[in-house]
Amino acid sequence: MTTWFSNEWPWYVAGPLLGLFVPALLIVGNKQFGISSNLRHLCSIITPGKVEFFRYDWRRVGLWNLVFLGGVLIGSVQVAHGGAGHEIAISLKTRLALSKLGIHDFSGVAPHELFNWHVLLTLRGFVSVVVGGFLVGFGSSYAGGCTSGHAISGLANFELPSLIAVIGFFVGGLAATYFILPYLLGGL
Amino acid sequence: MTKPIQSEIVGRGVGICDAPEPRPSYLIAYLLLGMAFGVVMTRSEVLSWFRIQEMFHFQSFRMYGIIGSAIVTAAISVAIIKRTGLKSVSGERISIPPKQLGRGIRYAVGGTIFGLGWALTGACPGALFALIGNGVSVMVVAVVSAVAGTWVYGWMRPKLPH
Repeated sequence: MTTWFSNEWPWYVAGPLLGLFVPALLIVGNKQFGISSNLRHLCSIITPGKVEFFRYDWRRVGLWNLVFLGGVLIGSVQVAHGGAGHEIAISLKTRLALSKLGIHDFSGVAPHELFNWHVLLTLRGFVSVVVGGFLVGFGSSYAGGCTSGHAISGLANFELPSLIAVIGFFVGGLAATYFILPYLLGGL
Repeated sequence: MTKPIQSEIVGRGVGICDAPEPRPSYLIAYLLLGMAFGVVMTRSEVLSWFRIQEMFHFQSFRMYGIIGSAIVTAAISVAIIKRTGLKSVSGERISIPPKQLGRGIRYAVGGTIFGLGWALTGACPGALFALIGNGVSVMVVAVVSAVAGTWVYGWMRPKLPH
Protein backbone atom coordinates (compact mmCIF):
# COMPACT_ATOMS: atom_id res chain seq x y z
CA MET A 1 0.00 0.00 0.00
CA THR A 2 2.83 2.36 0.86
CA THR A 3 4.63 1.77 -2.44
CA TRP A 4 1.29 2.07 -4.25
CA PHE A 5 0.97 5.59 -2.92
CA SER A 6 4.57 6.62 -3.40
CA ASN A 7 5.29 5.35 -6.90
CA GLU A 8 3.81 6.29 -10.24
CA TRP A 9 0.89 4.18 -11.40
CA PRO A 10 1.12 2.34 -14.72
CA TRP A 11 -0.84 3.96 -17.56
CA TYR A 12 -3.46 1.19 -17.65
CA VAL A 13 -4.34 1.94 -14.03
CA ALA A 14 -4.07 5.74 -14.14
CA GLY A 15 -5.97 6.19 -17.42
CA PRO A 16 -9.15 4.25 -16.57
CA LEU A 17 -9.21 5.88 -13.12
CA LEU A 18 -9.07 9.33 -14.75
CA GLY A 19 -11.86 8.32 -17.12
CA LEU A 20 -14.09 7.25 -14.24
CA PHE A 21 -14.45 10.85 -13.05
CA VAL A 22 -16.81 11.45 -15.98
CA PRO A 23 -19.48 8.89 -14.91
CA ALA A 24 -18.83 9.57 -11.20
CA LEU A 25 -19.79 13.25 -11.53
CA LEU A 26 -22.73 12.44 -13.79
CA ILE A 27 -24.05 9.85 -11.35
CA VAL A 28 -23.59 11.97 -8.22
CA GLY A 29 -25.24 15.14 -9.51
CA ASN A 30 -25.57 15.19 -13.32
CA LYS A 31 -22.39 17.27 -13.49
CA GLN A 32 -19.99 17.54 -16.42
CA PHE A 33 -16.35 16.83 -15.67
CA GLY A 34 -14.31 19.92 -16.61
CA ILE A 35 -11.76 21.88 -14.61
CA SER A 36 -11.35 25.07 -16.62
CA SER A 37 -14.90 26.32 -15.90
CA ASN A 38 -13.51 27.09 -12.46
CA LEU A 39 -11.28 29.82 -13.89
CA ARG A 40 -14.46 31.49 -15.16
CA HIS A 41 -16.20 31.01 -11.81
CA LEU A 42 -13.21 32.63 -10.07
CA CYS A 43 -13.53 35.64 -12.41
CA SER A 44 -17.23 35.78 -11.61
CA ILE A 45 -16.42 35.90 -7.89
CA ILE A 46 -13.66 38.52 -8.24
CA THR A 47 -15.36 40.90 -10.69
CA PRO A 48 -19.10 40.25 -10.57
CA GLY A 49 -21.21 42.16 -13.03
CA LYS A 50 -18.47 44.00 -14.90
CA VAL A 51 -18.22 41.72 -17.92
CA GLU A 52 -21.24 39.92 -19.36
CA PHE A 53 -19.35 36.59 -19.59
CA PHE A 54 -18.94 36.58 -15.79
CA ARG A 55 -22.46 37.77 -14.93
CA TYR A 56 -24.17 34.68 -13.54
CA ASP A 57 -24.86 33.01 -10.21
CA TRP A 58 -21.54 31.22 -9.65
CA ARG A 59 -22.85 29.54 -6.49
CA ARG A 60 -25.62 27.80 -8.37
CA VAL A 61 -23.56 26.99 -11.46
CA GLY A 62 -20.08 26.46 -10.16
CA LEU A 63 -19.88 25.98 -6.41
CA TRP A 64 -19.75 22.19 -6.79
CA ASN A 65 -16.82 22.49 -9.21
CA LEU A 66 -14.92 24.93 -7.01
CA VAL A 67 -15.34 22.50 -4.12
CA PHE A 68 -14.07 19.72 -6.42
CA LEU A 69 -11.06 21.93 -7.23
CA GLY A 70 -10.41 22.50 -3.53
CA GLY A 71 -10.37 18.74 -3.20
CA VAL A 72 -7.76 18.48 -5.96
CA LEU A 73 -5.50 20.77 -3.96
CA ILE A 74 -6.00 18.80 -0.74
CA GLY A 75 -5.69 15.41 -2.41
CA SER A 76 -2.47 16.28 -4.18
CA VAL A 77 -0.89 17.49 -0.93
CA GLN A 78 -1.73 14.13 0.63
CA VAL A 79 0.21 12.12 -1.92
CA ALA A 80 2.72 14.71 -3.16
CA HIS A 81 5.88 13.19 -4.55
CA GLY A 82 8.06 12.73 -1.50
CA GLY A 83 11.55 14.08 -1.14
CA ALA A 84 13.34 16.72 -3.18
CA GLY A 85 15.37 14.02 -4.92
CA HIS A 86 12.38 12.25 -6.47
CA GLU A 87 12.71 12.02 -10.22
CA ILE A 88 10.00 11.40 -12.79
CA ALA A 89 11.11 8.33 -14.75
CA ILE A 90 10.90 9.85 -18.23
CA SER A 91 12.40 8.04 -21.19
CA LEU A 92 16.13 8.30 -21.73
CA LYS A 93 15.60 9.92 -25.13
CA THR A 94 13.55 12.75 -23.62
CA ARG A 95 16.10 13.19 -20.86
CA LEU A 96 18.87 13.51 -23.42
CA ALA A 97 16.84 15.91 -25.58
CA LEU A 98 16.06 18.09 -22.56
CA SER A 99 19.63 18.11 -21.29
CA LYS A 100 20.77 19.21 -24.74
CA LEU A 101 18.36 22.13 -24.37
CA GLY A 102 19.93 22.96 -21.04
CA ILE A 103 17.77 21.23 -18.41
CA HIS A 104 20.16 19.71 -15.87
CA ASP A 105 18.05 19.26 -12.75
CA PHE A 106 15.65 16.35 -13.23
CA SER A 107 14.42 16.19 -9.65
CA GLY A 108 10.80 16.97 -8.78
CA VAL A 109 7.67 17.04 -10.94
CA ALA A 110 8.67 20.23 -12.79
CA PRO A 111 12.20 21.52 -13.53
CA HIS A 112 13.47 23.87 -10.83
CA GLU A 113 15.38 25.75 -13.54
CA LEU A 114 12.03 27.06 -14.86
CA PHE A 115 9.48 26.77 -12.05
CA ASN A 116 11.03 28.53 -9.13
CA TRP A 117 10.44 31.89 -7.45
CA HIS A 118 14.12 32.77 -8.04
CA VAL A 119 13.78 32.56 -11.83
CA LEU A 120 10.23 33.93 -12.12
CA LEU A 121 11.47 37.27 -13.42
CA THR A 122 13.98 35.83 -15.87
CA LEU A 123 12.73 35.44 -19.46
CA ARG A 124 12.45 31.65 -19.26
CA GLY A 125 10.71 31.70 -15.87
CA PHE A 126 8.32 34.47 -16.87
CA VAL A 127 7.36 32.80 -20.17
CA SER A 128 6.93 29.37 -18.54
CA VAL A 129 4.83 30.55 -15.58
CA VAL A 130 3.20 33.89 -16.37
CA VAL A 131 2.80 33.75 -20.17
CA GLY A 132 2.09 30.01 -20.10
CA GLY A 133 -0.51 30.42 -17.36
CA PHE A 134 -2.18 33.28 -19.22
CA LEU A 135 -2.41 31.20 -22.41
CA VAL A 136 -3.85 28.25 -20.46
CA GLY A 137 -6.59 30.50 -19.07
CA PHE A 138 -7.31 32.44 -22.25
CA GLY A 139 -7.15 29.38 -24.51
CA SER A 140 -9.27 27.06 -22.39
CA SER A 141 -11.97 29.72 -21.98
CA TYR A 142 -11.94 30.54 -25.68
CA ALA A 143 -12.11 26.83 -26.57
CA GLY A 144 -14.78 26.25 -23.91
CA GLY A 145 -12.83 23.53 -22.14
CA CYS A 146 -9.45 22.02 -21.42
CA THR A 147 -7.97 18.55 -21.30
CA SER A 148 -10.65 17.32 -18.91
CA GLY A 149 -13.65 18.97 -20.55
CA HIS A 150 -12.71 18.42 -24.20
CA ALA A 151 -10.13 15.61 -24.35
CA ILE A 152 -11.84 13.32 -21.84
CA SER A 153 -15.51 14.37 -21.36
CA GLY A 154 -16.02 15.64 -24.92
CA LEU A 155 -14.25 12.90 -26.87
CA ALA A 156 -15.93 10.25 -24.70
CA ASN A 157 -19.25 11.69 -25.92
CA PHE A 158 -17.99 11.71 -29.55
CA GLU A 159 -18.31 15.47 -29.95
CA LEU A 160 -16.79 17.07 -33.05
CA PRO A 161 -16.09 20.43 -31.31
CA SER A 162 -13.98 18.58 -28.75
CA LEU A 163 -12.05 16.74 -31.46
CA ILE A 164 -11.22 20.07 -33.13
CA ALA A 165 -10.17 21.49 -29.76
CA VAL A 166 -7.94 18.48 -28.96
CA ILE A 167 -6.24 18.72 -32.36
CA GLY A 168 -5.66 22.38 -31.50
CA PHE A 169 -4.18 21.38 -28.12
CA PHE A 170 -1.57 19.28 -29.94
CA VAL A 171 -0.88 21.83 -32.68
CA GLY A 172 -0.20 24.46 -30.00
CA GLY A 173 1.73 22.07 -27.77
CA LEU A 174 3.97 20.87 -30.58
CA ALA A 175 4.56 24.44 -31.77
CA ALA A 176 5.65 25.50 -28.28
CA THR A 177 7.80 22.37 -27.88
CA TYR A 178 9.65 22.69 -31.16
CA PHE A 179 9.62 26.43 -31.91
CA ILE A 180 9.52 28.20 -28.55
CA LEU A 181 11.15 26.03 -25.90
CA PRO A 182 14.49 25.48 -27.73
CA TYR A 183 15.00 29.25 -27.93
CA LEU A 184 13.66 29.87 -24.47
CA LEU A 185 15.96 27.28 -22.91
CA GLY A 186 18.90 28.05 -25.17
CA GLY A 187 20.34 30.47 -22.67
CA LEU A 188 20.41 28.01 -19.77
CA MET B 1 -23.21 38.94 -31.93
CA THR B 2 -22.63 37.51 -28.50
CA LYS B 3 -24.82 34.65 -27.48
CA PRO B 4 -26.72 35.21 -24.27
CA ILE B 5 -25.00 33.88 -21.19
CA GLN B 6 -27.85 31.47 -20.47
CA SER B 7 -27.43 29.41 -23.61
CA GLU B 8 -23.67 29.52 -23.23
CA ILE B 9 -23.88 27.98 -19.79
CA VAL B 10 -26.45 25.42 -20.87
CA GLY B 11 -24.18 24.57 -23.77
CA ARG B 12 -21.43 23.80 -21.33
CA GLY B 13 -23.65 21.32 -19.58
CA VAL B 14 -24.30 23.24 -16.41
CA GLY B 15 -27.72 24.65 -17.09
CA ILE B 16 -28.62 27.71 -15.08
CA CYS B 17 -32.32 26.88 -15.06
CA ASP B 18 -32.10 23.23 -14.06
CA ALA B 19 -29.19 23.49 -11.64
CA PRO B 20 -30.29 24.05 -8.08
CA GLU B 21 -27.67 25.11 -5.56
CA PRO B 22 -26.13 21.82 -4.40
CA ARG B 23 -26.93 20.64 -0.91
CA PRO B 24 -24.04 20.42 1.59
CA SER B 25 -24.08 16.62 1.53
CA TYR B 26 -23.38 16.71 -2.19
CA LEU B 27 -20.61 19.23 -1.72
CA ILE B 28 -18.85 16.69 0.50
CA ALA B 29 -19.12 14.15 -2.33
CA TYR B 30 -17.57 16.65 -4.76
CA LEU B 31 -14.81 17.43 -2.27
CA LEU B 32 -13.99 13.72 -1.92
CA LEU B 33 -14.05 13.20 -5.68
CA GLY B 34 -11.77 16.22 -6.11
CA MET B 35 -9.35 14.76 -3.56
CA ALA B 36 -9.35 11.48 -5.47
CA PHE B 37 -8.66 13.43 -8.66
CA GLY B 38 -5.71 15.15 -6.99
CA VAL B 39 -4.34 11.73 -6.03
CA VAL B 40 -4.75 10.38 -9.57
CA MET B 41 -3.22 13.50 -11.14
CA THR B 42 -0.18 13.13 -8.90
CA ARG B 43 0.29 9.37 -9.13
CA SER B 44 -0.35 9.28 -12.88
CA GLU B 45 2.26 12.07 -13.22
CA VAL B 46 0.13 13.83 -15.88
CA LEU B 47 0.89 17.03 -13.93
CA SER B 48 4.60 16.75 -14.64
CA TRP B 49 6.30 19.11 -17.11
CA PHE B 50 8.71 16.25 -17.83
CA ARG B 51 5.87 13.89 -18.80
CA ILE B 52 4.28 16.57 -21.01
CA GLN B 53 7.60 17.11 -22.78
CA GLU B 54 7.99 13.34 -23.22
CA MET B 55 4.52 13.28 -24.78
CA PHE B 56 5.15 16.19 -27.18
CA HIS B 57 8.44 14.55 -28.20
CA PHE B 58 6.53 11.29 -28.90
CA GLN B 59 9.11 9.41 -26.87
CA SER B 60 6.85 7.38 -24.63
CA PHE B 61 3.51 5.68 -24.97
CA ARG B 62 2.63 6.49 -21.37
CA MET B 63 0.70 9.77 -21.75
CA TYR B 64 -1.11 8.50 -24.85
CA GLY B 65 -1.99 5.31 -23.00
CA ILE B 66 -3.34 7.31 -20.07
CA ILE B 67 -5.39 9.75 -22.16
CA GLY B 68 -6.58 7.02 -24.55
CA SER B 69 -7.68 4.60 -21.84
CA ALA B 70 -9.33 7.47 -19.93
CA ILE B 71 -11.39 8.34 -23.02
CA VAL B 72 -12.34 4.69 -23.64
CA THR B 73 -13.37 4.20 -20.01
CA ALA B 74 -15.39 7.42 -20.00
CA ALA B 75 -16.99 6.61 -23.38
CA ILE B 76 -18.11 3.15 -22.26
CA SER B 77 -19.50 4.59 -19.01
CA VAL B 78 -21.35 7.37 -20.83
CA ALA B 79 -22.80 4.87 -23.33
CA ILE B 80 -24.06 2.66 -20.49
CA ILE B 81 -25.55 5.67 -18.67
CA LYS B 82 -27.32 6.85 -21.84
CA ARG B 83 -28.65 3.38 -22.70
CA THR B 84 -30.01 2.70 -19.22
CA GLY B 85 -31.47 6.21 -18.84
CA LEU B 86 -29.95 6.35 -15.40
CA LYS B 87 -30.91 9.04 -12.92
CA SER B 88 -28.31 10.79 -10.79
CA VAL B 89 -28.19 10.32 -7.03
CA SER B 90 -29.57 13.87 -6.81
CA GLY B 91 -32.63 12.62 -8.72
CA GLU B 92 -32.06 14.34 -12.07
CA ARG B 93 -32.21 12.50 -15.34
CA ILE B 94 -28.62 12.42 -16.56
CA SER B 95 -28.18 14.44 -19.73
CA ILE B 96 -25.15 15.65 -21.62
CA PRO B 97 -26.03 18.72 -23.67
CA PRO B 98 -23.97 18.69 -26.89
CA LYS B 99 -21.47 21.49 -27.48
CA GLN B 100 -22.44 23.92 -30.23
CA LEU B 101 -20.07 23.68 -33.19
CA GLY B 102 -20.92 27.05 -34.73
CA ARG B 103 -18.16 28.03 -37.12
CA GLY B 104 -15.73 26.02 -35.02
CA ILE B 105 -13.20 28.85 -34.82
CA ARG B 106 -13.25 28.98 -31.05
CA TYR B 107 -12.27 25.31 -30.82
CA ALA B 108 -9.44 25.50 -33.36
CA VAL B 109 -7.97 28.84 -32.26
CA GLY B 110 -8.75 28.56 -28.55
CA GLY B 111 -7.49 24.98 -28.55
CA THR B 112 -4.21 25.98 -30.17
CA ILE B 113 -3.69 28.85 -27.71
CA PHE B 114 -4.41 26.45 -24.85
CA GLY B 115 -1.90 23.98 -26.33
CA LEU B 116 0.84 26.61 -26.32
CA GLY B 117 0.17 27.26 -22.66
CA TRP B 118 -0.05 23.54 -21.89
CA ALA B 119 3.46 22.92 -23.25
CA LEU B 120 4.98 26.07 -21.69
CA THR B 121 3.63 25.48 -18.19
CA GLY B 122 3.70 21.70 -18.59
CA ALA B 123 0.29 21.77 -16.95
CA CYS B 124 -3.40 21.77 -17.77
CA PRO B 125 -5.71 23.76 -15.45
CA GLY B 126 -6.24 20.84 -13.04
CA ALA B 127 -2.51 20.23 -12.92
CA LEU B 128 -1.79 23.87 -12.03
CA PHE B 129 -3.68 23.35 -8.79
CA ALA B 130 -2.31 19.86 -8.14
CA LEU B 131 1.22 21.22 -8.66
CA ILE B 132 0.67 23.74 -5.87
CA GLY B 133 -0.32 20.78 -3.72
CA ASN B 134 2.87 19.06 -4.83
CA GLY B 135 4.90 21.94 -3.45
CA VAL B 136 5.60 23.84 -6.69
CA SER B 137 4.43 27.01 -4.97
CA VAL B 138 5.35 29.34 -7.85
CA MET B 139 2.36 27.84 -9.71
CA VAL B 140 0.21 30.16 -7.60
CA VAL B 141 1.42 32.84 -10.02
CA ALA B 142 0.46 30.65 -13.00
CA VAL B 143 -3.05 30.24 -11.54
CA VAL B 144 -3.41 34.01 -11.07
CA SER B 145 -2.20 34.45 -14.63
CA ALA B 146 -4.68 31.82 -15.89
CA VAL B 147 -7.52 33.64 -14.13
CA ALA B 148 -6.29 36.87 -15.74
CA GLY B 149 -6.23 35.14 -19.14
CA THR B 150 -9.79 33.96 -18.61
CA TRP B 151 -10.86 37.47 -17.63
CA VAL B 152 -9.25 38.99 -20.71
CA TYR B 153 -11.06 36.41 -22.85
CA GLY B 154 -14.37 37.30 -21.21
CA TRP B 155 -13.68 40.98 -21.81
CA MET B 156 -12.67 40.47 -25.48
CA ARG B 157 -15.34 37.85 -26.14
CA PRO B 158 -17.82 40.08 -28.03
CA LYS B 159 -15.06 40.97 -30.51
CA LEU B 160 -13.59 37.49 -31.01
CA PRO B 161 -14.73 35.13 -33.78
CA HIS B 162 -16.37 31.97 -32.50
